[in-house]
Amino acid sequence: MRNPHRTQNIAFFFLFLATLLIVVPVGMIVVIIIQKGLPAINWQFLTDIPRQGMRAGGIFPAIVGTLYLVTGAIVFALPIGLLAAIYLSEYSKDNILNRLIKLAIVNLAGVPSVVYGLFGLALFVIFFKFGASILAGSLTLGIMILPIIITSSREALESVPQSFREVSLSLGASKWQTIRHIVLPNAIPGILTGTILGLGRAAGETAPILFTVAAFYLPQLPKSVFDQAMALPYHLYVISTQVPNVDEKIRYGTALVLLTLVLFMNLVAIIIRYKFRKKKKW
Amino acid sequence: MVKIEVHKFSAWFGANRVLRDMEMEIFKHEILSIIGPSNSGKTTFLRTLNRLNDLNPYFRMDGMVELERQDVRSIDVEALRRRVGMVFALPLPLPLSIFENVAYGVRMHGEKDKKKIASKVEESLKQGYLWEEVKDRLDESAFKLSGGQQQRLCIARTLAVEPEVILFDEPCSGLDPISTAKVEDAMVQLKEKYTIVLVTNNVKQAARVGDRTAFFLGGELIELDKTDKIFTAPHDKRTDGYIRGKFG
Repeated sequence: MRNPHRTQNIAFFFLFLATLLIVVPVGMIVVIIIQKGLPAINWQFLTDIPRQGMRAGGIFPAIVGTLYLVTGAIVFALPIGLLAAIYLSEYSKDNILNRLIKLAIVNLAGVPSVVYGLFGLALFVIFFKFGASILAGSLTLGIMILPIIITSSREALESVPQSFREVSLSLGASKWQTIRHIVLPNAIPGILTGTILGLGRAAGETAPILFTVAAFYLPQLPKSVFDQAMALPYHLYVISTQVPNVDEKIRYGTALVLLTLVLFMNLVAIIIRYKFRKKKKW
Repeated sequence: MVKIEVHKFSAWFGANRVLRDMEMEIFKHEILSIIGPSNSGKTTFLRTLNRLNDLNPYFRMDGMVELERQDVRSIDVEALRRRVGMVFALPLPLPLSIFENVAYGVRMHGEKDKKKIASKVEESLKQGYLWEEVKDRLDESAFKLSGGQQQRLCIARTLAVEPEVILFDEPCSGLDPISTAKVEDAMVQLKEKYTIVLVTNNVKQAARVGDRTAFFLGGELIELDKTDKIFTAPHDKRTDGYIRGKFG
């Protein structure tokens, strides 16, 4: 005789095990990076330029470069992505062309980042003659995170109940008024989630900035968007593989800063999202 | 006086014909109840009058539907919906405060004067018999109200736009008997100023509030007459059968 209670317990055990298998590696990554990187973190490390062939000094230019790049990517990608999502979810008709567009956007999210890097090199660096610059790098990162922002924004817009739209329209509001005053405010938490994902990805990718902006070593800060810049992920790659005899704690320290930066950005977005959710009234 | 005139009107969703050769006149300041079993086309008919069916890309109509001798399709759709308001089957407050729900339509039509908006909100809530219950909590979420209060809020919200016609789509289907009575009271009061079309699954409700009653069956108008006539001596056997509860 089968004991259903026992079967259930066995199932629970395996489900729990699967969850554990996901959580443990993440936890270990964080623990190891903190353990090995924390000794490197001090005021000088965060505010000084790299010295002695990047074997000493700090990573300030890379931090600033990454912040510039992420900001540039979001400034470019959020408005365009949001407008595209509004068009796709609210205005486009359900026909083959629009279905293809939606499918293409979803698939773009899975394109390897190095392909975006090459694309950015060809279009922004060479064709538009931006050179290797913050502008070219931001635009490349922006294009890379566009599909993420469009897809999640579209889902957020489509999850606003159709009945709200009908009520608004039935009161004589125009379609745009309905989108502006009813649909968008209720979609903001979901849109922010997509932006969070995009932010994290833009901050962490190396390949798209490799050809378009990243400087191997640049002791001064960039002065305009047409300057090259250092960036944390590329700097990490450089000191891990290209420069011999870099102290381990500097490498892990850099990784820790990158991780903290991404987590901090996520935290800000999560707080904003939480505030909006609390205002949500249904 | 005729407010709405329907002539040779048919409607389709895709290939599916849902209304067939309708002929109807709706008079000013009357309550016209529409009864009939599910899938008889009542709601589709109602949503033709404010062109809410247009949201469905598969909707198609033929024939003539006129509001004061003007084809509804030739009236600017936002202007039409201001003139023909609607109260939905379930209470559907917008995710806003009580005040902002009622102010919404007024604001959307370009009113910016805060005093005018506030007085319009108060006036509409009074007309919807809700003012006394909510006047001290106007800034609370509309979702904190009970179902019956929410539905009266929706009525007030529709009134604030100052429509000429109000469409009620089974407005009491989710309400308890006391709330239902309050909504019905409101409707009877409102016909002094407005023309009301009421779709209802509750035959007794049609008998209670309707001046005239129409019976729909399978997308056709079977009978339209004074309510007491329909309920005491209907012309058609099918009408008689439906109101006696033999089908539907």
